Amino acid sequence: MSTDTRAAPETAAPPRGPVRVERRLPRFALVGVYLAGIVLGAGLSALTGFSIAAALVYGVVLGTLGVYLVTRAVQGRRKATDRLVTSLVTTAFGIAMIPLISLVWTVLDKGLARFDGDFFTMSMFRVVGEGGGAYHAIIGTLVITALATVIAVPIGLMTAIYLVEYGSGRLKRAITFFVDVMTGIPSIVAGLFAFALFTLIFGNDARLGVMGAVALAVLMIPVVVRSCEEVLKLVPNEYREASYALGVPKWRTVVKVVLPTAMAGLGTGVTLSVARVVGETAPLLITVGLITGTNLNPFDGRMATLPVFAFYQLTQPGTATQAFIDRAWTAALLLIILVMALNVVARLISRFFAPKTGR
Amino acid sequence: MAKRIEVSDLSIYYNNFLAVEGVNISIEPRSITAIIGPSGCGKSTFLRTLNRMHEVIPGGRVEGKVVMDGQDLYGEDVDPVDVRRQIGMVFQRPNPFPTMSIYGNVAAGIRLNNTKMKKSDLDDLVERSLKGANLWNEVKDRLDRPGAGLSGGQQQRLCIARAIAIEPDVLLMDEPASALDPISTLAIEDLMHELKERFTIVIVTHNMQQAARVSESTGFFNLNGIGQPGRLIEFNSTEKIFGNPDVKATEDYISGRFG
Ligand SMILES: Nc1ncnc2c1ncn2[C@@H]1O[C@H](COP(=O)(O)OP(=O)(O)OP(=O)(O)O)[C@@H](O)[C@H]1O
Ligand SMILES: [Mg+2]
Repeated sequence: MSTDTRAAPETAAPPRGPVRVERRLPRFALVGVYLAGIVLGAGLSALTGFSIAAALVYGVVLGTLGVYLVTRAVQGRRKATDRLVTSLVTTAFGIAMIPLISLVWTVLDKGLARFDGDFFTMSMFRVVGEGGGAYHAIIGTLVITALATVIAVPIGLMTAIYLVEYGSGRLKRAITFFVDVMTGIPSIVAGLFAFALFTLIFGNDARLGVMGAVALAVLMIPVVVRSCEEVLKLVPNEYREASYALGVPKWRTVVKVVLPTAMAGLGTGVTLSVARVVGETAPLLITVGLITGTNLNPFDGRMATLPVFAFYQLTQPGTATQAFIDRAWTAALLLIILVMALNVVARLISRFFAPKTGR
Repeated sequence: MAKRIEVSDLSIYYNNFLAVEGVNISIEPRSITAIIGPSGCGKSTFLRTLNRMHEVIPGGRVEGKVVMDGQDLYGEDVDPVDVRRQIGMVFQRPNPFPTMSIYGNVAAGIRLNNTKMKKSDLDDLVERSLKGANLWNEVKDRLDRPGAGLSGGQQQRLCIARAIAIEPDVLLMDEPASALDPISTLAIEDLMHELKERFTIVIVTHNMQQAARVSESTGFFNLNGIGQPGRLIEFNSTEKIFGNPDVKATEDYISGRFG
């Protein structure tokens, strides 16, 4: 390329500093090149029969190539490689976002049809066609998840406390190992475990909310242990020592100094572990079953839950197929909203409980 | 009630690593004893054995005796928690509890131990301790603000207030002023002068002038080489240590000739 645009600064001949002065490309030039690449790609795909996917693929490749070549010609190799890698990483990110966005889009598209008052206030009791709702399943999911949390959090938190504050040697390594193994347990196995456990006591027909809660708790415990363990490890030793030096026994130090200091992280971890299990289907399918009416008592008979509800709406539609499919999608939408809400709650917890310096 | 501490033949280990060997020292009540010596010679390690904080570290153990007013602190039936209630400690880095207010930090010794105390008594105690630590005037209007929001020097004085609020007999200070500016350092030195009326104070310091200014007695620790245990080389009145020490190594260290 010609260099006469740079003639003026060069004649001034500034003393060579430690920083090399570079020619720059304005941002719009790069964007322009990239867009040109995309347009070119679209044109290219039109040759082979236009499709958005092909246009995008051709366009992104051409755009990236264009930016690389132009940068290389003007700014040299290092900068060009930098840009190339940047565009590759960004493209990868874009590809990763496609499933997420299209998933949310599909669920919204199909789920909004029945996202109405009835859905939240009516059960499926004596509903065989249109109408009805998932009130019973929403309540069931809330009750069973809450119960699972009540079971899993004390066990998980105490295990984490043991691992961080008390454990050492072989027992600690063994527990860590088993927690790791538990993390990988397929959810159906957790369901079968709870099923086997309860049918031992109550016979083969036992279907109880609490069975589902136990199955979910089995899935939750390793997640709770892991996240709480990480958070407790982050509590600086200085605070423990400060407490010991005041003549505070160890257990009180754990309860009154370590746990409050870690509260934000613990709350976040627990909330995210709830989000992890709230949409589990398989274990609930075999332990809790499904009913059409509302059952609030997890110790008495089947209950409905959102994932199982969605499953049966899809697989066993009654007379009005479309109505059943709509309800399934709305249940799915609701599950996604629940998980998102739990994530927001987790963030709020970590903000709210974070130790304040507040000068 | 200040107390005398007699240490005899104390050896301190981290697992199998002998960090400090054969210390004999006698710490007088109502006085300030300074511990000086090069980095890594075991000053902090020694200090932490005096209130049984050493064994908090996994693998930490000691041999020998630490006797306070006739009672062996490492005796069979002695509860380390009780020892720590009588021998308070201020750490090298200020470490106020981040979840507690200024008030809560000073009251921590009482509250964490669930000691029953009337609100008004506790208020008095907090005020007294903060005054004792020379911090009251700076914080009296914001007692409910987080303790971590104070400046470094203020935080260190808050930690001193926290330590004296449990009314210990002995106060151990591990380089309490090493992270502070000269003004805060002076404030803490003045404070030590006041505190020694009531407490026995042991202070570790790298600052020779500080040791000379504040202490009555000084112990000099040293190492023979890397991997060797630290030893108490000389223990004498501060005047003697800084004027005319018995041991050549002490003189070398104090005048900056060593290694
Ligand atoms: N937690 C620990 N585990 C194992 N060894 C340790 C531990 N803490 C200290 N040591 C070792 O014990 C020796 C004495 O350390 P100590 O911290 O008492 O030195 P110090 O005199 O306080 O030094 P400084 O002036 O730098 O604070 C050193 O060799 C150190 O490596
Ligand atoms: Mg030290």
